[in-house]
Amino acid sequence: MTESFSQAWSSTLQALLQRGSGAGADLVEVFLENTDHLGLLAEQERITSVNPTFSRGAGIRVFLNGRDGFVSTNDLSTDGLTRALDQALAMLNLEANGLAVNTSFEGLGALKDYGLEKSSWLQRCPSMRDASSRLLEGTSQLERLGQHLQVRRGSYSRDWQEVLVAASDGTFARDIRLHQSTGLSVLAADGEHRSSVGRRYGSTDRPDDLFTWNAESSAAEVCESAGTMLRADYVEAGQMPVVLANRFGGVIFHEACGHLLETTQIERSTTPFAERVGELIAHPSVTAIDEGLSSGAFGSLSMDDEGMEPQRTVLIKDGILQRFISDRAGELRTGHQRTGSGRRQSHAFAAASRMRNTYIDAGQHKPEDLIASVERGLYCKSMGGGSVGPTGQFNFSVEEGYLIENGNLTSPVKGATLIGDAKEVMPRISMCADDLDLAAGYCGSVSGNIFVTVGQPHIKVDSITVGGR
Amino acid sequence: MTTNTLVPSNLRDRVQALATGAGIRHWDLGAACSDDCSVQVDRGEAKQMKAAQRSSITVRVWNSDGLVGITSTTDLTDAGLSRALEGAQQASAFGNPDDVPQFSPLATVPLPHLDRPLKPRQGILPLLQNLKTAEAELLSRHPAIQTVPYNGLAESLSTNLYLNSDGALRTMERTQASLYLYARAEESGRKPRSSGAIRMALGSGELDIQGCIDEAVERTVGHLAYQPIETGTYRVCFTPEAFLSLIGAFSSMFSARAVLDGVSLSTRESLGQSLAVPFLSLEDDGLHTDHISASPFDGEGTPTQKLALIESGCLRNFLHSEATARAFGVQPTGHAGLGAKVSVGPDWFVVGTTPGESSGLDLDHTRETDTFVLIEDLSALHAGVKATQGSFSLPFDGWLVKGGEKISVEAATVAGDVRSLLASILHLEATQEVTHRGVSPHVWVEGLSITGEA
Repeated sequence: MTESFSQAWSSTLQALLQRGSGAGADLVEVFLENTDHLGLLAEQERITSVNPTFSRGAGIRVFLNGRDGFVSTNDLSTDGLTRALDQALAMLNLEANGLAVNTSFEGLGALKDYGLEKSSWLQRCPSMRDASSRLLEGTSQLERLGQHLQVRRGSYSRDWQEVLVAASDGTFARDIRLHQSTGLSVLAADGEHRSSVGRRYGSTDRPDDLFTWNAESSAAEVCESAGTMLRADYVEAGQMPVVLANRFGGVIFHEACGHLLETTQIERSTTPFAERVGELIAHPSVTAIDEGLSSGAFGSLSMDDEGMEPQRTVLIKDGILQRFISDRAGELRTGHQRTGSGRRQSHAFAAASRMRNTYIDAGQHKPEDLIASVERGLYCKSMGGGSVGPTGQFNFSVEEGYLIENGNLTSPVKGATLIGDAKEVMPRISMCADDLDLAAGYCGSVSGNIFVTVGQPHIKVDSITVGGR
Repeated sequence: MTTNTLVPSNLRDRVQALATGAGIRHWDLGAACSDDCSVQVDRGEAKQMKAAQRSSITVRVWNSDGLVGITSTTDLTDAGLSRALEGAQQASAFGNPDDVPQFSPLATVPLPHLDRPLKPRQGILPLLQNLKTAEAELLSRHPAIQTVPYNGLAESLSTNLYLNSDGALRTMERTQASLYLYARAEESGRKPRSSGAIRMALGSGELDIQGCIDEAVERTVGHLAYQPIETGTYRVCFTPEAFLSLIGAFSSMFSARAVLDGVSLSTRESLGQSLAVPFLSLEDDGLHTDHISASPFDGEGTPTQKLALIESGCLRNFLHSEATARAFGVQPTGHAGLGAKVSVGPDWFVVGTTPGESSGLDLDHTRETDTFVLIEDLSALHAGVKATQGSFSLPFDGWLVKGGEKISVEAATVAGDVRSLLASILHLEATQEVTHRGVSPHVWVEGLSITGEA
């Protein structure tokens, strides 16, 4: 086991922060990280890959007049950290002479330790043997419940991370994070017909999660979807109303609007919403929230990667834009107050304003009301990945869809991609159901891949471009 | 001991000693060490400057039952290496007896010559000045271009090595630089448009900065006068970059690993069968002179080589690791990663016309007067491509070309099946263009579904 971080790092970090402050930096921040990752893959009746990965490193960021220099290193020796700091200072034309005194930095106090209660988590996680056994149980259930399955896969990922953040504004905090995810996927094939379906289940801060995972119901969900989609026709493309299912349907808000409410987008001038706080930007039925507090959710945090406790941030209330998601640099450069949203994949990335658990809040309708209101359209039961570009145009794929005809779900369809523009689509979310649910996901952006939650109730979009054949 | 510098013989001796102490006789490893720096600017000011010193190692060990375990770590101290060996030993208890990788039989044969001289690095402050200048010129080119929200200029020095307990020792050192400029332009009453360009070189002093600016301007400004496109079936011409990105997304068709795993569109029996029109050839050439990131060996130490994948429209070869090559009774091809379950992937695609074959057509995207859609760039390949099914449905940037006039297309997707597409290629233009993804001419395809807002 690698040496863990503790108050004992105080003197080393204090010396670094004093060195940087003394050189004239507005703010110096040091992020230390230990990780212990385990990945397993089961295929059919075999474990085919077991992949433990360990990492240890530091990211040092220096701010001066709104600009920042960032250096990452795997060398956590005092010399290595000092070299990295000096390199970051030099980027801003600052030089540490070791003599200057900065009165604004008063030293680090006692460590705020969010990880104290979590020290046993890694030991309580499933062993390789336990995890292997559960995955093989999953692939066995797939075999039992599925038809025409050419490939059955189960995967497990455990990401344990210990971080220590120290900054010259006095921040000195430690945390331990634990994210686990378990997935099942299949490739069904029958002659020329093929369908590939996968589902992933994730949790935060729950060492025992894999032991309570219901392999049978997960397998049943995957097999049912694969069976339905095996002979589905390709969707007829065009403009149409769409009803998006709850849970992972929330990716539409994540891509269409969530990214555009990060202060990094204001900094780049890539959001149409920069000057619209207090204005109606979505349909009045839409209230949207980003928070880091929901128990066990993938995007929950005890503290962000800048040492700040997360908040519940109401982004949109009844269609009116309330505020942005902000990190330290975002607050400095845009004036939007930090929300505990400074996040990064690892020490190799500088933190940026990133979403946590982001969802559209529940409305008043029943899901069946939304479907009944559509004469001809598309029901998106399961969504794949998506992305948003610098002009706010977003897209995402539909994994499992059904036609809506005369207010009823009819034939399954595949091959649909939804594209749109945030400014145009948000006002078209005209109905929200009362069945809000959340789903674990991953988000890739400026500060790497991070764990997030997306979510929503069933929602209806009055018109959107559905690409397909 | 703490080090960020890879000295191969030193590392080999340290690992050998630690492995012997742990009772491990059979092992191999891949290691990498790099020193990178990059800059981003925002309207004449430095936005962020970054540097990184990275080191990592992936070690495989074979246990007494002959099963393999693997571990990766960034800690190259003796303690870190010991922990990695211990983790790999532990993982080996779960090694798959049906698929045990071995050392590549080619891990000690001579390597091909690769002429990639190390170039001097400029350092971060000159990079910053060059990027500021490039941004300023780009912003000055057209009043509608107000920001360059995504930009970066980077240079790196890296060392990679492979070594094993049978004495194989491969090492390479390289320098590399890259520049990307993605501009955003907007005219009053119109939607904003964004596009850009990328350049790579062995050193930052050799980057084609002017060419990158010119291309970013042309691609961004050209799309300002956009119009919606009617949904329908169109004759399509893919730019080299777009075609290469599409083929790359379906590269599991050429992966022996994917074939063995049952997740490829190809099967063992596909070799020799027709996969595309007879005049199409596709090679994977990791040694190509324009391939900036070329390496003389793969993750298992196998030499890199040029490999014909499609000749005269027929599938000729798969990409192999040591284990898949053994399963197929052939030699490894130099496309492996390093793992307990070894991944296999392409290096550098070269698309061209099969010698002696012809489409019989003379289509040229710069002269054609019949209506077609020119697809310049495909988006969201991670979401819109179903590699195991062959289907794709992807947003794109491009043009509707009518009577030689180019009209930028707004908010559209292109959809199809890759097998149908390869069989429906109408023509490959004569000029092969080098992109950062590989080499290809413009590729014409008949009858693809386009969905637009009109």
